[in-house]
Amino acid sequence: MAKLRQCAIYGKGGIGKSTTTQNLVAALAESGKKVMIVGCDPKADSTRLILHSKAQSTVMHLAAEAGSVEDLELEDVMAVGFGGVKCVESGGPEPGVGCAGRGVITAINFLEEEGAYDEDLDFVFYDVLGDVVCGGFAMPIRENKAQEIYIVVSGEMMAMYAANNIAKGIVKYANSGGVRLAGLICNSRKTDREDELIEALAARLGSQMIHFVPRDNVVQHAEIRRMTVIEYDPTAKQADEYRALAQKIINNTKFVIPTPLEMEELEELLMEFGIMEQEDESIIGKTAAELAAEAAA
Amino acid sequence: MAALTREDTEALIAEVLEVYPDKAKKDRAKHLMINDKTLESSKKCITSNRKSLPGVMTMRGCAYAGSKGVVWGPIKDMISISHGPIGCGQYARAGRRNYYVGTTGVDAFCEMNFTSDFQEKDIVFGGDKKLAKLIEEIEMLFPLNKGISVQSECPIGLIGDDIEAVSKKAAAQIGKPVVPVRCEGFRGVSQSLGHHIANDSVRDWILSNRDGQAFETTPYDVAILGDYNIGGDAWASRILLEEMGLRVVAQWSGDGTLAEMENTPKVKLNLLHCYRSMNYISRHMEEKYGIPWLEYNFFGPTKIKESLRKIASFFDDKIKEGAERVIEKYTPMMDAVIAKYRPRLEGKKVMLYVGGLRPRHVVGAYEDLGMEVVGTGYEFAHNDDYDRTIKEMGDATLIYDDVTGYEFEEFVKAMKPDLIGSGIKEKYVFHKMGVPFRQLHSWDYSGPYHGVDGFAIFARDMDMTLNNPCWTKLTPPWVKKEAVAEKKAA
Repeated sequence: MAKLRQCAIYGKGGIGKSTTTQNLVAALAESGKKVMIVGCDPKADSTRLILHSKAQSTVMHLAAEAGSVEDLELEDVMAVGFGGVKCVESGGPEPGVGCAGRGVITAINFLEEEGAYDEDLDFVFYDVLGDVVCGGFAMPIRENKAQEIYIVVSGEMMAMYAANNIAKGIVKYANSGGVRLAGLICNSRKTDREDELIEALAARLGSQMIHFVPRDNVVQHAEIRRMTVIEYDPTAKQADEYRALAQKIINNTKFVIPTPLEMEELEELLMEFGIMEQEDESIIGKTAAELAAEAAA
Repeated sequence: MAALTREDTEALIAEVLEVYPDKAKKDRAKHLMINDKTLESSKKCITSNRKSLPGVMTMRGCAYAGSKGVVWGPIKDMISISHGPIGCGQYARAGRRNYYVGTTGVDAFCEMNFTSDFQEKDIVFGGDKKLAKLIEEIEMLFPLNKGISVQSECPIGLIGDDIEAVSKKAAAQIGKPVVPVRCEGFRGVSQSLGHHIANDSVRDWILSNRDGQAFETTPYDVAILGDYNIGGDAWASRILLEEMGLRVVAQWSGDGTLAEMENTPKVKLNLLHCYRSMNYISRHMEEKYGIPWLEYNFFGPTKIKESLRKIASFFDDKIKEGAERVIEKYTPMMDAVIAKYRPRLEGKKVMLYVGGLRPRHVVGAYEDLGMEVVGTGYEFAHNDDYDRTIKEMGDATLIYDDVTGYEFEEFVKAMKPDLIGSGIKEKYVFHKMGVPFRQLHSWDYSGPYHGVDGFAIFARDMDMTLNNPCWTKLTPPWVKKEAVAEKKAA
C-alpha cells in the first residue's frame, strides 16, 4: 500500500474548487483509489456531488447538538458516497457569528484523534474556503496534514492575485513543515490565452499548470442533479478531462516551495497578456471636473 | 537610618539595568526615576502606561481584571457575568475582599461567579444565544438582582459576539439595565484600560438612568468614588463623612448599589479616593452635571485631617465646624495609636509596589508612624499619578514603574527595607528572602485601613509583621552551625 497522500485545494472564492475537487476525486475513485474529502468551509458544500445530498451533517453541528466534539463517533460524521469516497464536512457558523477557523481546527483534530486517516486510504483532499483568511483555514497545511497544495485558478485577474497570495501562505508553512505547492489547476473561464497565462504564472511560481480544465456545460448539468460528471455521464468529453487531471495528480512528483511574485511582477505579467492596462499615473486622484478642464485646455 | 543619596540611587539603577540587553535597558531606564520634589511634572523623568517587555515578569493584570474585578464586580446588587471560558471568572472570584452587607445569592452577588463557561462549540458558533439564555436563567434564579453587566473575556472580541444586541434585547425583556462591557483582556497594556472602559460603560448605560426623576436632595449630599470597600474601607470612611454632617448618597463601588450610582448625578460633590480607576467618571459628571470632584486621602491621621478640612471647605460653616469636631473627637484616638506603635516602628524603611493609588496614598500613614518610604512604584499608573507621587515622596527616593521581578528583588537587596508592601505575587519571594511583607492590595486578609478605625488596624498590622519574632529564626540550623564554627575558627 502506497503512502497516504494528503492534498489541499485552495483558490479564490467561487473559482470552482468544490466542483473541481469532487470531479477529480470521483475520477480517482473510478480508477480504484481510496479517497476521503474533508470539507473545510462552513457552507458545507464540498461533498454534495459525491453524496447526492443537499448538505452533509457537519462535525461542528453534530458536536453542538451532542454537547461537545468528544461526544461524537467517527461514524456519526462520516458518510460514504460515489465510488466509496469517504466524506466529512467540518462545518461552522453561519456568516457573521462565531469563529469558522476554530471550527476547522476542531474538526480536523477530531478526525485525527478518531483515526479517520486509516491506512487503506490513498488520498485525502481538503477543500478549503476561499483564501487563507486566518490560522484556522491554514490548519490543513500545517505539520502532518496536507503536504501537496493545488491551487484552482483561472485567467481572471483576481483569481491570479488570490493564487499568488495562497502561494505566500504556503511559503510560510513550507519553511517550518513539509508542505509544497504541487500545481495550479486552471479551471477555464474562457479568457484570452488563458492556458499560456496560467502556465506563465505557474512558471513564475516555480510550479506547473498541472491541467487545463476547459469549460463545459455538462458540469452544470451534472451539478443540478447533485452529481459529478464522472457519475452523470461517464462518456462525456469533460469526464476524460477530470480523468486526465486525476492521472496527472497520481503521477505528480513536482512538489516545490513556491516563489511568490511581488505585486509589480504580477501586474507586469497581467499587462504582458493584456489583462491589465498600463497604469496612467497622470490621472490618479483627479476628479472628473479636473480631467475635463485639462482636456479643454 | 537615612535613605540612599541621589548618587547612590543613580548608581543602583545603573547597576541593576546593566544585565539587560541594550533594547530592554533603554526601555526600562525610562521607567525608573529618582524623586525630585521640586519637579512640577513627571513627564521628563518617568514613562508609564506602556506595554511591558516580554520576559520581565510584570505583575500587571488585564482589562477584564480592571473592569470586572475592580469597578463592576463590587456593585453588590448587580450580577457581573464573566462572558467567555470559565477561568477568568473563577480564579478572580471574591479575591479582592470587597465587603458588603446583604445576603449572598439573594440580594447581593459579589462573591459568586456567573459565567457563560465557553466550550469549543461556543467559540465556533458564537456565544450570543448562550448569553441570552444565561441572562434569562439569572433572572429566574436570582430575581432580586437589580441589573446585569456582561464582562467580555478575550474570545468575545476575537469571535465578534454581538453582546450589545443581546444586552439591549435582554434589558427590554427583564426591564432592568443589562450593560455590555468590551473589556477583553488583550486590550490595553494593563488593567488600567479596563477601568476606563468600565467607567465609560457606566456613563453610557447607567449614569443617566434617573435623570429628571424626583430625588430628595440636601445641600450636603456627597458620593464616595473609587473606594472598593476592601476589608471594609468605605465603611470606615463613610462614618467620618457622616459625622461631620454630610450625607453619603453613593459608594462607588464597594458595598454600592445600582440605585446609588444612578442617583449620583444629584450630589453636590464627588469625593474621589482612587483617582486612577474613577477619574474618568468624575470628570464626566463634572462636565455633564457640573458636579465638582475632590481627591482625598483617608490613610493615616495627617492625611485624614487634611482631607476632612479640604472636603469641608466646599460646604458651609456647619460642615466646617463638623470637620473640626470630628478631628477633635478622633485626634486622641489616633494619637494613642501613634503613641503605642510609633516607638516600635520609628525609623523603619518601607518599599512599596502596588496598583494605581496606594503607592502614594499610604505614604502619609507610614510617616505618621515614624516610618520612611524609600521606594515606591505602580503597576499601572499614568503620568498624572506620578505627578502626584513626586510631592508625596521624599527627595532622592526611588520610583519605579511596572517594575520587573528582577529589578524589584535587586532594589530590595540593595536598599534593605524593613518592610515591603506589595501584592500576592511578590509576597512569597520576599518572605523567602526574609523580608517582612504586607499585602497592600487585599490588606493581607485584614483591614479596613481607611479612616480612623483603619489607621489603628494598619498600625497594628505593620507592627505585628515587622516586629514578628519569626524573622530572627530564619537561619536554618546547619547554616547556624557553620557560622558558629567559622567564628570559633576565627
